[in-house]
Amino acid sequence: MSNMGSSINKKDYIKKELFGKIYSTFCGLLIIVLTISIVFFIASKGIVTFTRNHVSVIDFIFSSKWAPESLNSNGTPQLGSAIFIVGSILVSLFAVIVSTPLSVCAAIFMTEISPKFGEKLLRPSIELFVGIPSVVYGWIGLSVLVPFIRKNIGGLGFSFLAGGIVLTIMIMPTIASVASDSLKSLPLNYKEASFALGATRWQTIRKVLLPAAAPGIFTGVVLGLARAFGEALAVQMVIGNSIKIPSGLLDPTTTLTSIITMDMGNTVSGSAWNNALWSMALLLLLISFGFILIIRKISSRRSMR
Amino acid sequence: MNAKIYDKIATSIFYLIASLIMLLLFLIVGYILYKGIGVLNLKFITTPPKFMEPGGGVAPQLFNSFYLLVLSMLITIPLGVGAGIYMAEYARPGRITDFIRLCIETLSSLPSIVVGLFGFLVFVNSLHWGFSLLSGALAITVLNLPAMTRISEDAIKSVPESLKEASLALGATKWETIYKVILPSAMLQLITGTILTAGRVFGEAAALLYTSGMTTPDLKFNRLFSFSKVSPLNPLRPAETLSVFIWKINSESLVPDARQVADGASALLIIIVFLFNIISRYIGKMIYRKHTGSK
Repeated sequence: MSNMGSSINKKDYIKKELFGKIYSTFCGLLIIVLTISIVFFIASKGIVTFTRNHVSVIDFIFSSKWAPESLNSNGTPQLGSAIFIVGSILVSLFAVIVSTPLSVCAAIFMTEISPKFGEKLLRPSIELFVGIPSVVYGWIGLSVLVPFIRKNIGGLGFSFLAGGIVLTIMIMPTIASVASDSLKSLPLNYKEASFALGATRWQTIRKVLLPAAAPGIFTGVVLGLARAFGEALAVQMVIGNSIKIPSGLLDPTTTLTSIITMDMGNTVSGSAWNNALWSMALLLLLISFGFILIIRKISSRRSMR
Repeated sequence: MNAKIYDKIATSIFYLIASLIMLLLFLIVGYILYKGIGVLNLKFITTPPKFMEPGGGVAPQLFNSFYLLVLSMLITIPLGVGAGIYMAEYARPGRITDFIRLCIETLSSLPSIVVGLFGFLVFVNSLHWGFSLLSGALAITVLNLPAMTRISEDAIKSVPESLKEASLALGATKWETIYKVILPSAMLQLITGTILTAGRVFGEAAALLYTSGMTTPDLKFNRLFSFSKVSPLNPLRPAETLSVFIWKINSESLVPDARQVADGASALLIIIVFLFNIISRYIGKMIYRKHTGSK
């Protein structure tokens, strides 16, 4: 702006450019500030378990002795959270393992088998799935799935299975839409070359399209896993919330998000119990950050190819 | 020959799974609407819930959901559009821009319960706003800001370069160009994205449990503009939304007809979310028509 000599031009510049530039830059930087402060605040509460209650990180993650009100022989509270961690991992893995084949089939159907029917009907329906609020999924789980399991399969109904099924349905749209985007973005000549070699459609899908779209599909799976891991209320409503590692599909169990949802309001701030909940929140934050790093790694490898 | 048989089998399996998924969706939505339609009536959406007897409605919760939506969008839209403008127009490729992208991705993948706990820590406790609409609105803002930023960035980037160059060539500054040329032509796309984002506010519950709270004072609609806790518009009062109410009524309610109330509230929630979806789709079609000139 060296050619701006007069003071009128300077005023104009402030009004017409500087204000907007500063405002939008402020908004951009705000995102950084926000992210750092979330990490900072959750971490500052989350590490108290380890600094003030002197629970070791190893015990917190790997011990399954959850007795926040009683002390062990060393005088530290027993805050082993392995049960919650294992519960979260198992139920999200269950959801991903069941959901991935179904979602990938849906994605293939939309892009390869019947694009017309797929784009007109299946894709909008899957988008509507995303819109259904998680409490509504939880409520359907509670009023349909839980009684169904109790009557027809056995157990109390409130179970690992119920939580897994609810999550399976919830993450299906995430995986299906990312997978179909990835299939759609493949160059058309892959398919043409395969057909020209005399391959059938199924052979083309299995041997050419799926391998080529694999990184994208995997991104969708990780996103689904992240969503399942962080989901709180829908799971909490159907999983039974009993603090033990499930010995079968029909056993009730609990997860990190469930115990936080249930106990955060009932525990006194500053108590060992409450501190442990904050440590679990910190763990959730770190894990979700881990998922982001995995996705970044996949996409950077893809763009290098 | 075998390959052809396998191809046929595979194709029919794909058809089967696609139909099963469709069927599942229709069963879920159908079930909610079927169960809820008997409960949904004018009285249900205009009367407050009851505590020990049947026949209560969800009027305050419905009001809270809409009011929270307005509050949070009032904060989210200017910040998200600002950040989108920055990312699309002002940010130079480099470390800081990369870091902002990482932050956006991190924010958008945070479990909503963690965002709720952050809100509880900062807005409810540190700033002493207590369980309030304002705390809840800001927690929702944290959840929606990354999506809003991405939507604005995409909308701005989709504006043809020639429009921008024409404006700059006429001597307009960059901000003038953004404000007077780019934003108006990106407007429809911005609105579509905003409506979709707004629809999500209705479904959110985990982030609100410990920010806007799980209770609603006995609202007095004749005292709209007072600073008392019973004034519906007071942003510093606690407010449970429709989603939080559905969760709460299942875990700790004493109402004998809790099932019916939850059915009705779920149906209401689904209908509102779908309306948002349909409206944004309709606007999306309008954009398509405008761009292609087709009917």
